[in-house]
Amino acid sequence: MSHESTYDPKTGFEKFIDRRMPIIRLGYDSFVDFPSPKNLNYWWTFGGILAICLMVQIVTGVILAMHYTAHVDHAFASVEHIMRDVNYGWLMRYAHANGASMFFIAVYLHMARGLYYGSYKEPREILWMIGVAIFLLMMGTAFMGYVLPWGQMSYWGATVITSLASAVPVLGEPIKTLLWGGFSVDNPTLNRFFALHYLLPFLIAGLVILHIWALHVPGNNNPSGIEPQSKKDTLPFHPYYTVKDGFAIIVFLILFAAFLFFMPNALGHADNYIPANPLVTPAHIVPEWYFLPFYAMLRAITFDIGIPFTEIVLIEAKLGGVIAMLSSILILFVLPWLDSSKVKSMRYRPVARLWVFLFFLDVLFLGWLGAMPAEQPYVALSQIGTAYYFAYFLVILPILSVTETPKNLPRSISEAVLADKKKAPAAEAGAIGGAQPAPAE
Amino acid sequence: MSATDRTDLPEGQVDEDRRDFIHLLAGGTAAAAGLGVVVPLVDQMNPAADVRALATKEVNISALEPGQAIKAIWQGKPVFLRRLTEEEKVAEAAVPVSALKDKQAQNPNDPGEATVDHRVEQQDFIIVLGVCTHLGCVPLGTSEGENKGDYGGWFCPCHGSHYDAFGRIRKGPAPTNLLIPPLEFVSETTVRLG
Repeated sequence: MSHESTYDPKTGFEKFIDRRMPIIRLGYDSFVDFPSPKNLNYWWTFGGILAICLMVQIVTGVILAMHYTAHVDHAFASVEHIMRDVNYGWLMRYAHANGASMFFIAVYLHMARGLYYGSYKEPREILWMIGVAIFLLMMGTAFMGYVLPWGQMSYWGATVITSLASAVPVLGEPIKTLLWGGFSVDNPTLNRFFALHYLLPFLIAGLVILHIWALHVPGNNNPSGIEPQSKKDTLPFHPYYTVKDGFAIIVFLILFAAFLFFMPNALGHADNYIPANPLVTPAHIVPEWYFLPFYAMLRAITFDIGIPFTEIVLIEAKLGGVIAMLSSILILFVLPWLDSSKVKSMRYRPVARLWVFLFFLDVLFLGWLGAMPAEQPYVALSQIGTAYYFAYFLVILPILSVTETPKNLPRSISEAVLADKKKAPAAEAGAIGGAQPAPAE
Repeated sequence: MSATDRTDLPEGQVDEDRRDFIHLLAGGTAAAAGLGVVVPLVDQMNPAADVRALATKEVNISALEPGQAIKAIWQGKPVFLRRLTEEEKVAEAAVPVSALKDKQAQNPNDPGEATVDHRVEQQDFIIVLGVCTHLGCVPLGTSEGENKGDYGGWFCPCHGSHYDAFGRIRKGPAPTNLLIPPLEFVSETTVRLG
């Protein structure tokens, strides 16, 4: 990759391979002697955790596909067959369903890490954008996967989300019919969702390879946001980060196991154990928890947008909601250019740091609102939450890029680490003595 | 030697105009072929012949008393058939069109403004698709005891759209009135949908 290869094939076999297809060299340079900043904290372990999540989903998913029937008359029953009759079928299905939730927990923390430490900034824009593309594919995959058990939430979730297409002016209805393969969500829809649900994870795996490639050219960002300048600032990936990642993966798997074995339905919705019924809408349609903030933004736009003091409507409320929801994710693609501050890490941005914490709270707040019924005061609160979500990207970050005075940056990662070391005992002394420790810079 | 051959070019030189033309022709042919491949690849997703064949349905409404409503399934979607009471007709007819969010009747059989004339069939019946025009949920209000919303018609539980007894959107995010399906009365008591 970007650093000089230090791989030295020793055995005859390795030399044979290395001259023909240097795949051992690629692995060695990527995951053994890959120079990584020496100050990475646990927020940097979610990449490895996500790789495990993808593998769990693909393995359990391929197995489930061997027992599942993608037909409206049999889908629900075949899922129950997996749960009751197939050997360890319950384990495979619960692992797959909860695995999706774990995947999203990890990806949100991974993204929050990127937002806080400025990992989207130069020279990692493409790395970040590939990540956003992976996130979009994940959402599509998760949505279609949720339709497959053909319960009430499956059916009505599919109806609501595919109907978003009908908000498109003129072409909306034909697009919706094309997506459905009929005049409502029905057997053709279920079949194509199954095919696509099987396909997309492999596209994700392909993008993950590009994501790692784009990571290994500039190398990891780090908590100080300062690029490594010498060998003193880095450590080889193995054993330092294989062990750190490994430990984090084990902790994460404990959380996974807690859900899987002790509360496998806690993150699901009881209504999805009722077979799909096209004549009865559940009283309260809610998407899976990981879509809630976006669902809240969809529902927040309850007003038409038009030219003031006239009757002319430019964007109807329905289209407005769809635009808000889509742009809430698409805006991440242009984030590297909205935030033009040269300082990456929020550790050294005293003002932006407060706003980014407020942004994280806002996303959690929107998530809570997404689970509430579509009535006041939740609608008004969703509108406030949505306004802040977009203001953070479109107003706050661009303005702070110009106006904010960052703290003094340490000259190197080593200096940042030493400053932290000095601060730690001082902070302890301060807590005992009541005196404030002097700023480390 | 044919007339199109250029002999005035020195040895080894390429006639750029000619080469451009060949590139355009080749590129255009490839693009046309690509389009020809995309059409079947996309159109296979549209409704198949067996789905299209189930496009019409007849419903008997002789048993409906004023104030009652039933559901039928047509093209995989619910259709609400409701017989209005006199009070409902009078109350809804009094609502001026200017007060409506969607002023169109949304009635392919009888287009116009969303008035009694264009919304009501056979003086008494409201026949609409039971599909909320917001995001496609089935509004409540057809069966006995369900929430009919603030305007005495239908209420969509998903995102809170309220429809009146004529199925017109009065409050909430839905952009248009409940759609009236293409229909025809084949007798006094039988309506054919589609």
